[in-house]
This record gives sequence, structure tokens and C-alpha cells, in this order.
Amino acid sequence: MSDGIAAHAPLHEHAHHPALQHQFNTMEQQQETVTLGMWLFLITEIMFFGGLFMAYLLYRVWYPEAWAEGSVELDVVLGGLNTVVLIGSSLTMALAVRSAQVGAPRATVGWLGITMALGATFLVVKGFEYAHKFQAHHVPGPDFVFEGPHARQVQIFLSLYFAMTGLHALHMVIGIGLLSVIAWMAHRRRFTPEWYSPVEMSGLYWHFVDIVWIFLFPLLYLVDRAHHFV
Amino acid sequence: MSGHIAPVRSYVLIFALLMIFTAITVVVAFINLGPLNFPVAISIAIVKATLVILFFMHVKYSSQLTKMIIGSGLFFLLVMFSLTMTDYLSRGWQTYPVGAGKPVEASGIRPQGSGLSQGSGKP
Repeated sequence: MSDGIAAHAPLHEHAHHPALQHQFNTMEQQQETVTLGMWLFLITEIMFFGGLFMAYLLYRVWYPEAWAEGSVELDVVLGGLNTVVLIGSSLTMALAVRSAQVGAPRATVGWLGITMALGATFLVVKGFEYAHKFQAHHVPGPDFVFEGPHARQVQIFLSLYFAMTGLHALHMVIGIGLLSVIAWMAHRRRFTPEWYSPVEMSGLYWHFVDIVWIFLFPLLYLVDRAHHFV
Repeated sequence: MSGHIAPVRSYVLIFALLMIFTAITVVVAFINLGPLNFPVAISIAIVKATLVILFFMHVKYSSQLTKMIIGSGLFFLLVMFSLTMTDYLSRGWQTYPVGAGKPVEASGIRPQGSGLSQGSGKP
């Protein structure tokens, strides 16, 4: 794309940035369109997770006792640790975007690396939690064993736990894959202060996944915990 | 492209606020507030999500069109929650006799035959 300006010169009266696509008048208009398109995708993601949150809400209203029994089985320390890790990764992601904005590719690669490392840490902790659930036979299915008066309803809670955290973890895996591509592009000096849209759009995706966890943590780990001990 | 460049300090400040709210929500979860526990937890989560959306995702500095699209998306999420819940929560209200004068027992908000032992827990 380095010869973009020269190649376009005979066609246009003025030279423009090589990253500017033909259908846009200005870089600002292109940036506006890219941001809007990414948000439209994120809204479909909100609706996608929204269906699971809807199921969660309805079953919680139906079986509050089972929800209290199920949530105390989850490890608040590991869940809280993962919350800190994930919000920390959102900070480093925001700093990666900022580095791209000010034209510091080495810092961009560094911050993206830390973000991916924190994301991987989250997944490892999640893996330990899942392993413990398998050992305790708390995975819904034929081997499900649960001591308590509402075992059948707790199984619904744990089904939603695995569906929601599993889908969230899948998004984390996709996010890490996305960031590794972006980090490679940053390493190859593909971004400039005039054009860094891929960094910013990957950031929007990463922050969205963080927001999903911000809701999952209190809803799964903390809900009705106080009521269980009265 | 001239996006808004926020100082590093502001990002660290937002992160600190998110950590404080996380600590508050964990502590509050162990205090029995009766029916208020759930609304408090959700409210704190909404505040945290709003901070992330406005500052980490730069929506505060986005165009009116982007803000409107996001707002309408969240509005339709609320429509899904509220319309679905008004359906399910009002199903137990039908307590008048139907059919050939056969009385029907008042049913609760839970599905029938759910296997939940009678008399346990809250009514």
C-alpha cells in the first residue's frame, strides 16, 4: 500500500491516506462507519447472551432456594480473582489502543501481549474450576450428584453456569486469537496514528467480553449467598 | 483519523473505580439485605459496565448515531426481559374455574409437576 498515493494521483485531484477506502470521503467518515458496524455486531452479541440471561432470570424467579444452594458451591475467591484479572486485561487493552493512537507500535505489541497473558490466566483459572466441578460430580448429566433438598433445580442452575461461562470462555479464546493477529500486524508496523481501526475494534470486542463477565460474576457466584446462611 | 486520546491517568482511574466496585459487590453479597441483595448486585454491575462502555470503549467520545444505536440495542434487551417476565409471572393469576364448571386450584408462578417438594422453602 506504500504506492497508494502515487497510484491514485491521476484519478483524484488530491492525494489521500492509503488506508482510506474508495467509498468514504474522509478518514473520519470511515472511522465512524467502522465503529458503528462493530457496535451493530456487538448488539447481536448482547442479544445472543441476552437469551441466556433471560433463562437465568426466569429460573431464578422460579427456584430462588436452588439458586442460593448452587451459588454457594462456586468458589468466590477464584471467581473474584478472575474478575480482577479480566478487568485488568481491559485496562491493558485500553492502553494498547492508546499506544496505537499515539503511534507507539512497540508499546502496542507489549500491551497486547499482557492482555493475552491475562486472558490466558483467566482461562486457566476457569479450567481449574471446571475440573473441580467434574471431580465433585457437579456437572449436569447422568453422573450428577448433589446433596440438598433441591438437587434437581440446582442441576438447572449448574446447566446455566456451564452454558454461560462456557460461551464466555469461547469468546475469550476467540478474543485471544484475534489479539494475536492484531499484535502481529502491530509488530509489522501496519498501524499509524491515522489508521489503527483493527486495534480499536478488537478492543471493543475484548471490553464487551469483559462486560459479560461483570454481570456473570455477581449473578452466578454471589447471588443469594447471604440468604443461604441465615 | 483523529480519535480522542485520553491520558493514561484516566484509564488507571477507571480501573481503580472498577476494582472498588468489585470489592463492594463481594462484601455486600455476604450481608443479608433481604430482597435488596439482587437489585444491589445488578445495580453495581450496571455501573461497572457503564464505566467500561463510556471510557474503555470510548463511547463518551463517539457520535450521536453510535450512542443511539447502542441505546436502542439495550432498549430491545429490556423489552425481551420485561415482555417475557410479564408473561411467565402472570400465568399463575388465572384462578377462575374453566371448562365444565370444574374448579381449578390456584397455581403458583412455578411450572406444574416440577418435582419441587411441597412446603419447602418460600411460598
